[in-house]
Amino acid sequence: MAQEIQNAIQDPIIRVRDITVQFGATRVLDGLNLDVKRGEILGFVGPSGAGKSVLTRTIIGLVPKVAGSIEVFGVDLDASNTAQRRNVERRWGVLFQQGALFSSLTVRQNIQFPMREYLRVSQRLMDEITMAKLAMVGLKPEVAERFPSELSGGMIKRVALARALSLDPDLVFLDEPTSGLDPIGAGDFDDLVRTLQRTLGLTVFMVTHDLDSLYTACDRIAVLGNGKIIAAGSIADMQASQHPWLRQYFHGKRARAVVT
Amino acid sequence: MSGDPKLERIAKGNALALCATGTWTASFAPVLERIVADAEKLAGSPQSIFIDVSEVAKLDTFGAWLIERLRRSLTQGAVEAQIAGLSANYSSLVDEVRRVRATPVVDSSTITITGMLEQIGRAVAGIAGTVAGLVDMLGAVLAAVARTLIHPRSFRLTSTVHHLEQVCWRAVPIVVLITFLIGCIIAQQGIFHFRRFGADIFVVDMLGVLVLREIGVLLVAIMVAGRSGSAYTAELGSMKMREEIDALRTMGFDPIEVLVLPRMLALVLALPILAFLGAMAALYGGGLVAWLYGGVDPEAFLLRLRDAISIDHFIVGIVKAPVMAAVIGIVACVEGLAVQGSAESLGQHTTASVVKGIFFVIVMDGVFAIFFASIGM
Repeated sequence: MAQEIQNAIQDPIIRVRDITVQFGATRVLDGLNLDVKRGEILGFVGPSGAGKSVLTRTIIGLVPKVAGSIEVFGVDLDASNTAQRRNVERRWGVLFQQGALFSSLTVRQNIQFPMREYLRVSQRLMDEITMAKLAMVGLKPEVAERFPSELSGGMIKRVALARALSLDPDLVFLDEPTSGLDPIGAGDFDDLVRTLQRTLGLTVFMVTHDLDSLYTACDRIAVLGNGKIIAAGSIADMQASQHPWLRQYFHGKRARAVVT
Repeated sequence: MSGDPKLERIAKGNALALCATGTWTASFAPVLERIVADAEKLAGSPQSIFIDVSEVAKLDTFGAWLIERLRRSLTQGAVEAQIAGLSANYSSLVDEVRRVRATPVVDSSTITITGMLEQIGRAVAGIAGTVAGLVDMLGAVLAAVARTLIHPRSFRLTSTVHHLEQVCWRAVPIVVLITFLIGCIIAQQGIFHFRRFGADIFVVDMLGVLVLREIGVLLVAIMVAGRSGSAYTAELGSMKMREEIDALRTMGFDPIEVLVLPRMLALVLALPILAFLGAMAALYGGGLVAWLYGGVDPEAFLLRLRDAISIDHFIVGIVKAPVMAAVIGIVACVEGLAVQGSAESLGQHTTASVVKGIFFVIVMDGVFAIFFASIGM
């Protein structure tokens, strides 16, 4: 009972309980538990192939799970009906690793796509909001009429973020947002995520490999290993951890370069 | 906890206050847009106006922008509208949208007569480009063949066999089925109409000549253009989109040699085989119908067939097959390598590959018909 009250006060925006995901005979996630609190930026790390993307895709419903429950905004996604689910989906935005922009639409049409489907507003307002979103992610208005094939890697990430934010979601999933960006671009992107998180009051779930992102952008870090969360806490907790993989990750050659 | 958004007008002496209340978020965007459009009509009033947002329960980009838009349209001449009562939580959001320049997006795609003429001109000029592209690819393929003949070790046997399986072996069931049915239909129609003149038996002549000279190879070529030509274009196109072809080139490989040549060779080998099988299936189907529907027993059918056709008919048909295969292959590879970055472009080029492939196959068939007629075959 006391535990339940405690949970209610903390108000996790995502609550994952005993999730098991299996592909054939390989068990990728094995009874995993995770809470994401309202308003935080959670950095999600782990070795390559540990199932970070799988967990993200399981939460957003792209990968079926064998067991366990997922609650987002207090709605159990398995027990919800279509309308409830639609409502949850409207309140989250997803930035895919490769951007996943619609290649046959311009940047403007890409950003307006969710608005067109979900909101009945005038073209003028959609155009203005598009310009606002582009400015927020640090792109010039001229970019609006370009096609995704005419954009650089960093611009694709920014446009994809603008599209993820187009309905002003409460929660965004970022799958390796800084991969493939140069260090300056990656740093800018981290700042951008931080700024947007502050201005829009976002909760951010960020899968990343980038140590800089963990140090500069994230409030809390969760580490995935052997299909479970092996550690969760602040960057200081991570550094103090005695887990062999964590020690290597946070005290290895590259980590020292970041800290100093 | 939060209700529908409202904007109340309260006169305060000389000034007018617009008090925003409720939830100013994306979910209420249609309502908000009407409210703001309504309030914008106040523009030009001499009073000084301030927009009070202290009672707003929730604000996001949509709400913040609409408030900012209202402030801009109410600011005219000496009168400046101001936003008041902004809480610390939302001030950064409002600052953010304040930086936005609302540049109107100009849609330049209006249809004019000159524009239409321009498009026609471009399309006509494009035909020359298409032909040049095909000749270019033909030259590149022949050059690759020559290089392979000089250095036979650079030939990709595994790849060729793989494509041969895809375009030949796996195509056999559908090709045989369709040509069988067409053979049945030709025989049935022939018997139905010839019977009136008592000329039932001539259906065998018609079937033999038609199937071996024309229908067999033409039908199979059209099917292969639809089945394998489109697959080639889609494969090469998606490789082009993912920069795989550029990767090959930087490693010192010639994409023509690595990708196009094995596909072309597989197709050139496959089409004669498929055309032969197709012709046999059509004759079998025709014979079956002639027996069951027309009463021509198999023995009589075979005897008649032997008299009606010569090896020339078969040669005329089968000689066309490799040439048609080459045409289909070249069209498919040119279209595949012309794919640009988008999924839409991939679709357009795959469609173009099939349409052009079938068109050129029929044109080639006509050319061959003239040729064989003039040499008396």
